[in-house]
Amino acid sequence: MSARLLIEAAGPGVTIQDEGRFGHSRYGVTPAGPMDLGAYLAATRAAGADCAIEVSLGGTTLRAEGATLCIAVAGGDFDIRLEGRPMPPACLLPLTEEARLVLRAGASGAWCYVAVGGTLNLAPTLGSRATHARSGLGPKPLAAGDALMLAVAAPPPLEPLALAAPWLAASGAPIRLLLGPQADYFAPEEIEAFLNASWRIGARSDRMAYRLEGPAIRHLRGHDIVSDGVAMGAIQIPGDGAPLALMADRQPTGGYPKIATIIGADLGRLAQLRPGEDLSFRAVDWDEAVAARRAYFAAIEAGATRGPLGAEMTTESLLAENLVGGVVNARD
Amino acid sequence: MDDETPRFLDCGESALSVEFGDSVDPAVNARVLALDERLRAAPPAGLCETTPTYRALFLRYEPLAISRAALVAAIEGLIGTAGVEASQPSARWTFPCCYDPEFAEDIGEAAALLGQTAQSLAQLHAGADYRAYMYGFAPGWCYLGGLPQALAIPRRATPRGPTPQGGALIGGALSLIAASPMPTGWYVVGRTPERMFALDRNPPFLVAPGDAVRFEPIDAKTFLSLDARALAGEIVARRETLL
Repeated sequence: MSARLLIEAAGPGVTIQDEGRFGHSRYGVTPAGPMDLGAYLAATRAAGADCAIEVSLGGTTLRAEGATLCIAVAGGDFDIRLEGRPMPPACLLPLTEEARLVLRAGASGAWCYVAVGGTLNLAPTLGSRATHARSGLGPKPLAAGDALMLAVAAPPPLEPLALAAPWLAASGAPIRLLLGPQADYFAPEEIEAFLNASWRIGARSDRMAYRLEGPAIRHLRGHDIVSDGVAMGAIQIPGDGAPLALMADRQPTGGYPKIATIIGADLGRLAQLRPGEDLSFRAVDWDEAVAARRAYFAAIEAGATRGPLGAEMTTESLLAENLVGGVVNARD
Repeated sequence: MDDETPRFLDCGESALSVEFGDSVDPAVNARVLALDERLRAAPPAGLCETTPTYRALFLRYEPLAISRAALVAAIEGLIGTAGVEASQPSARWTFPCCYDPEFAEDIGEAAALLGQTAQSLAQLHAGADYRAYMYGFAPGWCYLGGLPQALAIPRRATPRGPTPQGGALIGGALSLIAASPMPTGWYVVGRTPERMFALDRNPPFLVAPGDAVRFEPIDAKTFLSLDARALAGEIVARRETLL
């Protein structure tokens, strides 16, 4: 039997993603792609894969058939169990035939990526395998009973390994953003209020947009603009003044003013926040955003470090270090 | 905004909106499309993708490959040569369109609101020359400028149910061809059997931003016959090259 990965269970919002469906935005096509690009790249590069399963808080149960598969997992701090044995939140592991890998929402984080080493038999749509459920492009969201066939299966590691990917550590540091493109639709004191407020991720947040609960932001001169292009991370202020951070499944164009745009290096951190969690923003300039981007992608390029499963690799220790770092950064 | 210099608006550190105006206006849109053509003909290294919209060109770029300043300088250089000459349509599409109420679900309602009859509305809509300003909302949804003033209609306060595929819509001062069933605040005043977007057809999209568009009235019987042909993958709209 050829190698395949069986989906034994999948909550809502478990999809296939690659880096995104680019090059067709002029025809109204949403790029989709991963909510947390850094986590996606950590998983796909560790496994040697060109797409991944994006797992939502709904979780999933996976089983290998026909071969032992090489699996990498990275993302939020999910509860990951291989045949009942707890795994670190980022790991590279052999999924032997009939063994079960179970991912459930864990201590924190909203998205987790499961990459299967090798090549999946998934035909691209407009050059991409990314699922965009709203337009029906790409594979359908995964459901119990689905099977992903492998054209080529990469050799698995001999035993489970922990992955250390420092760029994935959770942090309470403010999410950095660049003002604009339509900051001039807001009075300076409204921009101040937006930057100084504490925000909470709203309940009805999904791959299309995260709702931000906090003070209403008033427009200076109306809330209708002539529709223009929308970047991932754009913070749109609709008529009711309640901000929406537009995410991977956003419409390609929009007709509300965008007060600010989250920088690339912090998009993954925002994406990993769950409904009910708090955040704040800090405005930076283009140079600082690009410096952060350079550091972020340099870390991703260097790749995750592999190590044995052990006490020194626990989430708690990594988290503790980075929380301290985050507080220092927030006050500098 | 009447001056020749566009505004350069950051959309994060890896996207830039080059804004030529703040209205839906053929002259502004022609400048957007002229810059789009020039950037696509000779893209600077680091430019990833351009998305033309009514009044701005959205650019996605990799700032680790090209700085914002270098990108802006490249655009200013191109606008220097493109400033006087606006983009002209390179093709005209003629879409067969059925205005029979069976396929034009809202034509009676829209006509009543506009003080027209269904027939006069259909004649006005089919008699106009449109230009594809942009796509947006969902794949293949093509927004058309050139709607006769007499058909300008405020959008619905509450969206109607899903549009038929190929619905010819009016809303505000624009017309629109809907490519898939989606709720909308616009009015369905006709329907083309053509597929604006078909994955199994090459090319999947027909109309390019900037193309000229016309509608040609057809009866219900012709609609059904062309719809069957379009479903089989045939392109039933006509394309003429404009020089």
